[in-house]
Amino acid sequence: MSKKADAIEKEDVVIRFSGDSGDGMQLTGTLFSDTSAFIGNDLSTFPDYPAEIRAPQGTIGGVSGFQVHVGKTKVKTPGDYADILVAMNPAALKANAKWVKDGGTIILDEDSFDERGLKKAGFKTDDPIKEDKLDRFNIIKAPISSLTKEALKDMGLDPKSILRSKNMFALGMVFWIFDRPLNYTEDFFESKFKKKPLVIEANKKVLHAGYNYAETKEHMTPSYNVSPAEIDKGTYRNINGNIATAWGFIAAAEKANLKLFCGSYPITPATEILQELSARKDLGVKTFQAEDEIAGICTSIGASFAGDLAVTTTSGPGLALKSEAIGLAVMTELPLVIVDVQRGGPSTGLPTKPEQSDLMQALYGRNGESPVVAIAASSPSNCFHYAFVAAKIAVEHMTPVILLTDGFIANGSEPWKIPDMAEYPSIKPPIVKEVKEDWKPYAREVEKLARTWAIPGTKGLEHRVGGLEKDELKGSVSHDPLNHQKMVNIREEKVQRVNKFIPKLEVEGEDSGSLLVVGWGGTYGHLVTAVNQLQDDGKKISLAHFNYIKPLPENTAEVFSKFDKIVVCENNMGQFANYLRMTNPEFKYLQYNKVQGLPFTIVELVEHFQKLLEE
Amino acid sequence: MAENQNILTAKDFKSDQEVRWCPGCGDHAIMNAIQRALPELEIPKEKFAFISGIGCSSRFPYYMNTYGFHSIHGRASAIASGVKVANPDLSVWQITGDGDALAIGGNHFIHVVRRNVDINIILFNNEIYGLTKGQYSPTSKFGAITKTSPYGTVEHPFHPGELVIGAQGKFFARSIDNNLKLSQKIFVESARHKGASVVEVLQNCVIYNDKTHAALTDREHKEDRTIILEHGEPMIFGKNKDKGLILDADNMRLKVVELGTDYTEKDILVHNAENENPGIHLMLANMRYPEYPVAFGVIRNVKARTYDQSIQEQIEMIQSDSSIKNVDDLLRSGTTWKI
Repeated sequence: MSKKADAIEKEDVVIRFSGDSGDGMQLTGTLFSDTSAFIGNDLSTFPDYPAEIRAPQGTIGGVSGFQVHVGKTKVKTPGDYADILVAMNPAALKANAKWVKDGGTIILDEDSFDERGLKKAGFKTDDPIKEDKLDRFNIIKAPISSLTKEALKDMGLDPKSILRSKNMFALGMVFWIFDRPLNYTEDFFESKFKKKPLVIEANKKVLHAGYNYAETKEHMTPSYNVSPAEIDKGTYRNINGNIATAWGFIAAAEKANLKLFCGSYPITPATEILQELSARKDLGVKTFQAEDEIAGICTSIGASFAGDLAVTTTSGPGLALKSEAIGLAVMTELPLVIVDVQRGGPSTGLPTKPEQSDLMQALYGRNGESPVVAIAASSPSNCFHYAFVAAKIAVEHMTPVILLTDGFIANGSEPWKIPDMAEYPSIKPPIVKEVKEDWKPYAREVEKLARTWAIPGTKGLEHRVGGLEKDELKGSVSHDPLNHQKMVNIREEKVQRVNKFIPKLEVEGEDSGSLLVVGWGGTYGHLVTAVNQLQDDGKKISLAHFNYIKPLPENTAEVFSKFDKIVVCENNMGQFANYLRMTNPEFKYLQYNKVQGLPFTIVELVEHFQKLLEE
Repeated sequence: MAENQNILTAKDFKSDQEVRWCPGCGDHAIMNAIQRALPELEIPKEKFAFISGIGCSSRFPYYMNTYGFHSIHGRASAIASGVKVANPDLSVWQITGDGDALAIGGNHFIHVVRRNVDINIILFNNEIYGLTKGQYSPTSKFGAITKTSPYGTVEHPFHPGELVIGAQGKFFARSIDNNLKLSQKIFVESARHKGASVVEVLQNCVIYNDKTHAALTDREHKEDRTIILEHGEPMIFGKNKDKGLILDADNMRLKVVELGTDYTEKDILVHNAENENPGIHLMLANMRYPEYPVAFGVIRNVKARTYDQSIQEQIEMIQSDSSIKNVDDLLRSGTTWKI
């Protein structure tokens, strides 16, 4: 591909593909992302799809979108607003035009803008551009459906299959705009449709047709160039948060020399973790798709008792159902990781939209004094690291750990420099292998306060565990008041002591200044991008982003003490801010909250921080 | 177990915990029968795991000197499934009651049976909630007067055998607390069966539902009111072995007949516990006094693949074919690129 002479050089570009949920927009976006990654761009993606599998065709409710942000510099979010929107039908235009930058480009499939399509999308006139005041954008009306039909007319395919490949026409156009090679996508067709040569040929034909169409319409199509990013040397792959989570657990099991067991129940947006683990029988993973959320966690608790590294995966409503069983794991002091891929709530809420509103549920949503370790991943790829860490803490400290991710990082993807397992730390489960004279099931190691793990099948270590309060050494049932107080203290202390084994809180930017932005979990990309922008403008602003929630890093108060103002930013009503008020009451916490089922935008963050800096 | 010092006795299975069931409770006898059955299995003691939920019977694991887990209400089937799948080498027993298994744990119960996880489920059925002091349970007889049904229940009870067969169960047996010998024999058979085995033990709660099974334990009449089924034997019962069961084909039901002039032994049904078709098994499990004798013994015992075995085999098969042998391989599988 020759470089186009008049291409506009860009630092970064955001593209949003949108269409009906059957239009293949997720695949189109993924293929564009893959090609961009291969040629060396950094990128971040976010799929935005409806909760219904096939909402009525052509309606706003059925619009599925995929946003990708590619850059020659480090890209940390999928971007606020798109430079280019591909809208395969009127509903996609209606739903997504608000996410396009002023002056941006919108590519439409004009064939779908007939009377019926416009009506279904809720347009009242036959001129959607005028009606929705879209003339501030560069609108490219392309007859995508009819040109796709034309390109495939002699191939003997049925009309349905022909129309199904129109997304490749759109992809071809976008490839031309960004001067991207087609060969990676062609390779994908070859391997995906190995046994269907006709389908391979048809897809290639349509892809080229789209590319060539954009070239012939050069005068009206913008042309961009986004050079490769400066990225560390190494081998890379694209990964989303759910796959990274699954793999992090497999890695932990390998390091701990334990079998991995996942008892779970499908729930959006966490299901993909169970699916991936089910496919990993090659690495000995045992999955148990249970009859409900409760059985999901209970099979895992059973597996943990029997000596496996046990995890269970869910989202908010499922975490609620699992709460009694989490208490059982607290009481029996068995290792267990519970993943909560957060979504909008309460109740069924917004199943496909991200939110951070399960924090209090994770920390306190159980009967009794029931402390667990809570940690949060903050990017798609670091889900691998935090899943690994969660498993390491669970096993070495003999405690349940709740790992919080969210729909945004779980479904979002980014290039990931593949780590070498030799560089990952070891995991040492406190398994007792033989009888020692004075062994007691609830006797503890002094530093971590972890009890030992005597696995059924080990001769001479027969013992009983259960949900009734335990004698502090023997683990037998005890209703003694002072023993109960002691055990309550020990369980809390055991969790608190985890902070001797986790890294200190790091500050992005100067470690003192006017404003400290505080965040946790999946908002990292947006917060750091906004903070970096203001730092570049010379503002005294820094970011402290938390991955370890309970216990908090040891130096939390020290970090907070060096700033004039602290603002806690969350996609909830202030749950982390309130937790900080309880744990570190000596500081004043301002809040910035957004609960719309959407991530922050960098624009709104920068604006708000600027205001706080000026006040 | 060839070596003498390894031969276990019932005493080896008793823990140091004080047994806290009420004096006269049927649970004592059931535990004795289990403790006597275990040595017969010739399995090392450390390979037994007893898992329970909540309720009087669920205190059971504390009294056993084996690995044990007293879990939460209704969930023992799920916990036991996890134990067995994680370590198929263990002999896993679930101890449960009519409330624990069939009310709060009903969902888990039918699914563990359907999946055929190799677990021995001992269901203590006293038709009452004992630990919460006397409320009706899902097996309480219609009209039962209890603390939450002062005017009699208006609910139709579950019959555990019917539920097990409905959930495609492969093993169902019934015993009664005061018949230690029969219970012991059934427990051995249930443990040897590969797959989910359910043994319903009719158990007397002396405090809240005393004598609910009295018709079947009454010395004078019990042999006329119950039948002990043996695989391959004709279904004959009664104090004088003078009654039997035939299939009344016109009405598709079982019928009690007197042996003598009209019927002889060759007319009597022969029990085939291994028949895959559950039709007769269901009829046998559903026989109720006074119309019928209540069936004891192993009613259904059919071989089938177990869940734990299948999952193990699948892993072995996939592993032998896969080029991914460790996490480093996995991370580099699929599309990667170098920078």
